[in-house]
Amino acid sequence: MRRQEPGWTVAREDGPPRAPYAARVSDEDLVRRLRAGDETAFSELVRAYHPSMVRLAQTFVPSRAIAEEVAQDAWVAVLKGLDRFEGRSSLKTWIFHILANRARSTGVREQRTTPVDLGDEGSVDRRRFDEAGGWSDPPAHWSDEIVERLSSGPFFAQVQAAVARLPDGQRAVVTLRDLDGLSSKEVCDVLGISEANQRVLLHRGRSRIRATFEDEVVKR
Amino acid sequence: MRFLTLRREIVCREAVELVTDYLEGKLSRGDARAFEAHLKACDGCEEYLRQIKATIEILGRVQPEDLSEQTRNGLMELYRQFRAE
Repeated sequence: MRRQEPGWTVAREDGPPRAPYAARVSDEDLVRRLRAGDETAFSELVRAYHPSMVRLAQTFVPSRAIAEEVAQDAWVAVLKGLDRFEGRSSLKTWIFHILANRARSTGVREQRTTPVDLGDEGSVDRRRFDEAGGWSDPPAHWSDEIVERLSSGPFFAQVQAAVARLPDGQRAVVTLRDLDGLSSKEVCDVLGISEANQRVLLHRGRSRIRATFEDEVVKR
Repeated sequence: MRFLTLRREIVCREAVELVTDYLEGKLSRGDARAFEAHLKACDGCEEYLRQIKATIEILGRVQPEDLSEQTRNGLMELYRQFRAE
């Protein structure tokens, strides 16, 4: 597996996609085993979720080291709260929600604000449209070769950087939705935001990332 | 009577703002139809939607770093402590 900067790696293109852990083991069964002190259950849970938890924490806090601490704290809170887990959301959503809350409050303590920016902002530079609202500078075609290059290992550092540069709310939503593959409902539960807000943040985040990729493509 | 309503056509500047709602299935049926009609007639917006889909695909390929042995051991120790309490 190719190593990138800390906190990220590139998916192995030849390997099978990671099966979602929750799809293989029922939450109820897992929680019962965790309460009973089953180390294998905890080990599997950690392996399945910890890397994504650190990645999510990183969208709130300034460093990887702090993100690791936040994730550890979240595990302590998860274990302490196990008896209170009622299964109203999935175990994964519940764990990520605890993590997000801790990361958010840590982020604030680190003097980093996490504003939900809902100001007016277009998805595409306004100057690319004519007065009637039609394209004056339409997007150039991305050939299969271009998409392949954007999907390839060497470009991943730029993908990570593009995500890292998103405003906080957009970064968290894009990370959960598009990098971790959570559903919109799950993202709303984890971050405690409305569906409409989630969609706005997702839209802006994806639009910005596309624009970044476009710049990359045009540059060459 | 809805088919008699003359819906103003979508322009490109508006279409790009509808992409996420369209992909999320959150547009009304009328808006989705107007959006699709626009796409059929507009190469620029069709390409834009393709690029957004490609962007989502590319983002989905970035995996978090694997768990290090050290972190795993630390967390297992934490679990044992928790059990011992």
